[in-house]
Amino acid sequence: MLWRRPWLKATGLLTPPVAAFLLVYVGALVVLFVSSLWTVDSFTGKLVHHWTLSNFRQIFDTGQPYLRIAGRTMGIAAAVTLTDAVLAFPLGYFMARIAGGRARAVLFVMVLLPLWASYLVRIYAWRTILAHDGAINWTLGGLGLPDQNIAYTNWAMWIVFSYVWLPFMVLPVYAALERIPDSYIEASADMGARGLRTLRSVILPLALPGVIAGSIFTFSLTLGDFITPLLVGGPSSSFIGNVVYSFIGINANIPFAAAFAVIPVLIMGVYLTIARRLGAFEAL
Amino acid sequence: MTRINRAHVLIAAVAVALCVPAAGVSSGHGLPTTIGKGEGSLNLIEWAAYSDPSFAKPFERQTGCKIHRKDAGSSNEMVALMRSGGGGGGGQYDLVSASGDASLRLIYGGDVQPVNVKLIPSWKDFLPNFRSPAHNTVKGVHYGVSVQWGPNTLIYNTKKVKPAPTSWGAIYSSKYKGKITVPNNPIQIADAALYLMKTKPSLGIKDPYELTKPQLDAAVKLLKQQKGLLKRYWNSATDEIADFKNGDVVIGAGWPYQTLQLQAAKAPISETIPKESTTGWADTWMLAKRAPHPNCAYLWMKYVTQPSVEAKQALVFGETPVNPKACSFMNKAQKGSCADYHLNEPASYSKTIFFWKTPIAQCGWQKSSDCMDYNAWQQAWTQITG
Repeated sequence: MLWRRPWLKATGLLTPPVAAFLLVYVGALVVLFVSSLWTVDSFTGKLVHHWTLSNFRQIFDTGQPYLRIAGRTMGIAAAVTLTDAVLAFPLGYFMARIAGGRARAVLFVMVLLPLWASYLVRIYAWRTILAHDGAINWTLGGLGLPDQNIAYTNWAMWIVFSYVWLPFMVLPVYAALERIPDSYIEASADMGARGLRTLRSVILPLALPGVIAGSIFTFSLTLGDFITPLLVGGPSSSFIGNVVYSFIGINANIPFAAAFAVIPVLIMGVYLTIARRLGAFEAL
Repeated sequence: MTRINRAHVLIAAVAVALCVPAAGVSSGHGLPTTIGKGEGSLNLIEWAAYSDPSFAKPFERQTGCKIHRKDAGSSNEMVALMRSGGGGGGGQYDLVSASGDASLRLIYGGDVQPVNVKLIPSWKDFLPNFRSPAHNTVKGVHYGVSVQWGPNTLIYNTKKVKPAPTSWGAIYSSKYKGKITVPNNPIQIADAALYLMKTKPSLGIKDPYELTKPQLDAAVKLLKQQKGLLKRYWNSATDEIADFKNGDVVIGAGWPYQTLQLQAAKAPISETIPKESTTGWADTWMLAKRAPHPNCAYLWMKYVTQPSVEAKQALVFGETPVNPKACSFMNKAQKGSCADYHLNEPASYSKTIFFWKTPIAQCGWQKSSDCMDYNAWQQAWTQITG
């Protein structure tokens, strides 16, 4: 019966995942948007089901800290993405085009090895490295140099984020570089282009979708994080996630938290649209 | 296309319906007059070690109430846990060891229910100001029993901070710039308000938890200025311990617990209660509105407030019992500990401490409603730290 009615088979196959997607994912987003338009009774903590844009008005009020926090979150996410792209490109290039089979395998393991340890363990490891009596100051002291003071600053966050998300940039960049046929590079050489010119006109444009694909990971992972700011951030290091967390945890102001959580959703929407234009989804 | 839209709407409607909490069920009956047989189980939301096995194990053996713990890291987490699953403890939790900055929120939020203190024999022995304190008793109705309390102290590194500090001014001045830490908690505003109350009488602050708009603004201004001097805001006791241990900070606000842990690790750390006095916490075991095991909950409140258990808990956590009869048990376990924790002093000592309480719009001292509520405090705190 099923083979005579292929649409029945397709419906049967697709219904469970589509329904789960709609209910869990789209449903959650809809609830987020809907509740961002409510408010909360400040004393009892009960929801007030009364439609208003006051949460959003508060977020976009420049007298409030929320735009500054969103700006900081985006700024550090962008800095981390750029750092990872700069670090991952030469590494990916070496792995894809220069290293032999054995060296490539070793490099792969080294890139992926940190992912075997918990993310929290790696952040705590960085805390001990950066701490006042940590590995860096110990080394600096041994060399007779003055102490660094980057523990609990935005610089510390930048370093730790760049470190934890690096593998997510290396892999797509490697994949994109590996896919460039040797014949393109030979053709470029035949037409008289030197190394740099080939890099600029052939390799970079072809690798760009891989970089953009990697940047989706590094940017969105940084944008949504709230643990790293808690553990290695300084006095002015709150991210969007920290504010969302404190609004829910401290006075159960879920509507405001939802409204603020809409901001990264919008940012990622814009980012993904641009990434799609640049062909990132073909490199995933 | 229309079909998809309708499906979207339907699913959204279902999802919304699922998320709107059911209205709290009122119990309707009066206070219990006797404690019945235990239900075999007791679910606690607690500060870590508030049901330490050293005294919880004998309780489980005596009553048959098996304890299931949920450790919370902050007052806010406690409130969030109590409000999960439709509020009132979600029909899952029986008791919460709420501090004063959470207890009124739970009472006015309808998450806890009245408790008959006549069923708690030790209650009449408590220090007088912990029998019906404003943070757990509203209009003569008790919503739990006090259990332990302690001051917030000024912790410092004895090798790096000389001379020893005597004023909270040490964490607002630039002398130890970049080496200071304070808790990441809106209630910290009260510490600044207390300092201003003593140093700037012109502001007219009478109670650090009842601040008018200009008074709150003054505290916020002081804290914004303090932010530039901080190494960081600490998020958990272990965080602060680590920072003192590795030298990232040399002075800051904390609890005796941190000091005890650091001293046990042989770190050169001491603490003091500065001359401006201090804020403090007082914890209450509160009974959840929808507690599934009320008898076990009453048995627990009765058990933990008796002198021998109060003494054990005080020494495990580093805090002071509300029951002065615990004194002899403390000294037996650890010589001089009763005096160390100020339990031998008359009640006047605990009266000098400004205990945490949730700020509300209704000001007690000026009988008006123009004080800033906790929502305003939390937003001010986001302003300061964000």
